[in-house]
Amino acid sequence: MFFTQTNWRPITEGICIPLGSLVLALVLFGVFVTILGNNPLTVYEAMHQTAFGNWRTFQGTLLRAAPLMLTALCTALPARMGLMIIGNEGALVIGGLGAVITGLLLSYGNLTPSLTATPTELSPLLIQLSMALAGILFGGAWIGIVGALKHYRGVNETISSLLMNYIAIALLNHLVEGPLKDPRSLNKPSSFAIPEPFMVGNIGDTRIHYGLIYGIIACLVAYILIQRTTFGFAARVAGGNMKAALVSGLPVGKLTLVICFLAGSCAGLAGMVEVAAVQSQANSSLIAGYGYSGILVAFVARYNPIAAAMVAILLGGIINSGGTLQRNFNMPDATVLLFQGLVFLVVIYSESLYGRFGWFRQSQSQ
Amino acid sequence: MASEALGSVGVFVAILGGTLRGSVPFLFVSLGECLTEKSGKINLGLEGTLLTGAMSAYAVSFLLQGKLGSGLAPWIGVMASGLAGLCLGFIHAWLSQQRRVNDIAVGIAMIIFGSGVAFFLGKSFIQPKAPQLPTLDLGFWSTVPAVQSALKISPLFLFGMALAPVMHWFFRSTRWGLIVRAVGDSPDAALAMGISIPKVRMICIMVGSLFAGIGGSGLSLYYPGIWSENISSGQGLMAVALVIFARWNPIQCLWASLFFGGAQALGPALQAVGIDQGRYLFNAIPYLLTLVIMVLTCSPRKTLTGAPGALGEKS
Repeated sequence: MFFTQTNWRPITEGICIPLGSLVLALVLFGVFVTILGNNPLTVYEAMHQTAFGNWRTFQGTLLRAAPLMLTALCTALPARMGLMIIGNEGALVIGGLGAVITGLLLSYGNLTPSLTATPTELSPLLIQLSMALAGILFGGAWIGIVGALKHYRGVNETISSLLMNYIAIALLNHLVEGPLKDPRSLNKPSSFAIPEPFMVGNIGDTRIHYGLIYGIIACLVAYILIQRTTFGFAARVAGGNMKAALVSGLPVGKLTLVICFLAGSCAGLAGMVEVAAVQSQANSSLIAGYGYSGILVAFVARYNPIAAAMVAILLGGIINSGGTLQRNFNMPDATVLLFQGLVFLVVIYSESLYGRFGWFRQSQSQ
Repeated sequence: MASEALGSVGVFVAILGGTLRGSVPFLFVSLGECLTEKSGKINLGLEGTLLTGAMSAYAVSFLLQGKLGSGLAPWIGVMASGLAGLCLGFIHAWLSQQRRVNDIAVGIAMIIFGSGVAFFLGKSFIQPKAPQLPTLDLGFWSTVPAVQSALKISPLFLFGMALAPVMHWFFRSTRWGLIVRAVGDSPDAALAMGISIPKVRMICIMVGSLFAGIGGSGLSLYYPGIWSENISSGQGLMAVALVIFARWNPIQCLWASLFFGGAQALGPALQAVGIDQGRYLFNAIPYLLTLVIMVLTCSPRKTLTGAPGALGEKS
C-alpha cells in the first residue's frame, strides 16, 4: 500500500490506468450523448453537480454507494480465488426477502398481519440485528449453492450464478403476489411493511442510513480477510495457481464454499439494507440494478475491497446523476446503464495495458 | 377461449405452438454460440447481442415501413439486426483477444453494454407498432383456431432449422470447418498449419454474433413481436448453457432449442387454460431446467466429451 523509493512508479500505474480508462469512457459516452443532440460538456457538468456538487446531493450518492459496496464484494471476494460470480442481484433479492420475513415474524408473529395488528415490544436493535443476520444467511446460502455446484459438479459458476438471478427474481415475484402479499399494495405488489420503529435509521440529521457504515465495515473486514489472514492467503494461492494449491494440500473445496458463502452474505446484507433502511417492504424495487453495478465496481477496483468502497462512491454518483439526465436532458433512463457498459469495456481493455508503458517500471539500478 | 374448450389437448396445442414460436431465439443464439465455442472462445455477451438485434430490427422495420412498405421493411430489419450483431461481435472478438483479457469478463461487460445500447437507442420505439415478418400458415388444414394459430411458423424458424444441418456439414466435411475445429481444439496444430488463429476466431465470433442478432429480430418481429425492455429475460444466456447440453453439436442444438422453447411455453399454456397458481414459478422453469441440466451433464473431474480442447484457455 505504501510508497517507497522504489515502488512508486508501479503504484502510479495502478492509479493512472483506471483513471485514464474512466476518462476514455467519458469521451465515448460523449459520442452517444451527442447522437441524442445534447452537448456532452453540459451533460458532464450536470452529472458532476448532481453526484458530487454539494452536500445535499452528495448524500444521495452515498445512499446509492452503500448497497454497491456490499454487492461489489459478492464478485470481488470469489474473484480473488479465480471464481467469476455474478449472482449479486439474486443474492441481494434473497437477502432482502430473508430480512423482510424475519422482520415481520419478529414484529407481528406472522407474515401477513391483520391491518390492526400492533408490533411487539422487542428492542429495535434486536430486530435489526436479526434482520441483518437473516439477510447474511439467506444471501450466503444462495451463493453457497453456486459454490457447491462448482465444487461438487464442476458447473460453471458464472452461468449458474446468473441463472440464479432470474430464479431469485421469479421467487420474489411469486412471494409478493402470493404468500407475502399486502392486499393494500395494488399497483406494485409488495409484502407487508416492517414497522417504522424497527427500520434502520439515519446517521445524525442526514439522509444517509447506517447501511453505509455496514458497507464500509464489510469492505474493511474483507480487505483484512483477504490480505492479512491465512484464509485469504490460501484463497489467493488457489486463485493464482489452482494446481499448486491442490498439490500443497490446501482445502480448495472448503475454501470455495466458504468464500462463496461470504460473497453471498455481503450481497444479502445489501438486500437487508435496501429493505430495512429504504423500502421498508419487499417488492420489485429491490431489482434496481445494484447487483449488476456491483460487478462493475468490483472490476474497476480490481477486486480490492478498499478500492471497491471508493469506486462504489464514484459509481453511486453516476447512478445518482441518472435522474438529472432524465429530467434536464430528456435522456432515456438506460443512459446510466449504457455508461456503465462503456466503463466496463474500457476498463477490461485497460487490463491489457499494464506493463506496456516502460515509464511505470521501477528503475533497476537502485 | 378455444383452448379452454379443448381441455388437455388445448394445453398440448398451446405448448406446441409456444415451442415453435419460443425456440427461435434459442436456436439462433445457440448456433451462434456453438460456432464461437468451436473456435475456442466463449461469448457470454450474446444476451446483449440478442437485445440489440431485437431493437435494431424493430427500429429499422418501423422507420422503413413508409419507404419500402410493410412487406419488405421487416426483412431489412432482420438484416439490420444481423449487422448490429456483427458490430458487437467485432468488439467482443477484438477485446477478448487482447493480452491478459478474460473472455468471460468481456462477456459480462458486453451483456451490460449491449442491453445499454438497446435500451438507450430503443427508448423511442417502445410505443409505435412496427410491421412484422410474415408467417407461414401450416395449420390451414385445421378448422380449430387454436391449432391454426399454433402452426403459424416464422420463415426465420425454418431458416434456423436449415442452418443447423448446414453447420453440422460445415464442421464435418469442409476445409474451413476443419480449420475452425483445429483452432478450437488444438491451437498449436493450427499454428503449425499456418493458420492465423486471431483471424479465424475473429470471423467465428462475428458470424456467431450475427446469428444471435438475427435471433433478436425473431423476438421483436415475430414472437412476442414487440420491442420492450424485458423482451429477452435471459434467453441469450440460457442458450449459452444449452450449447454445453448439446455437446457442441449443431443438430443437437436444434433439439435442445425446441426443448427449451417448450419449457418456456409451459407457464403461458397453463395460464391459458386457467391454471394461474404460481405462474411466476412456472416462468422460472427454463432457468431451473438449465441449472439441472448443467448439474447432470457437468463433471468436476474430466472435461466434457465434445468440448473444444482449447475452450476457455487463456490466449
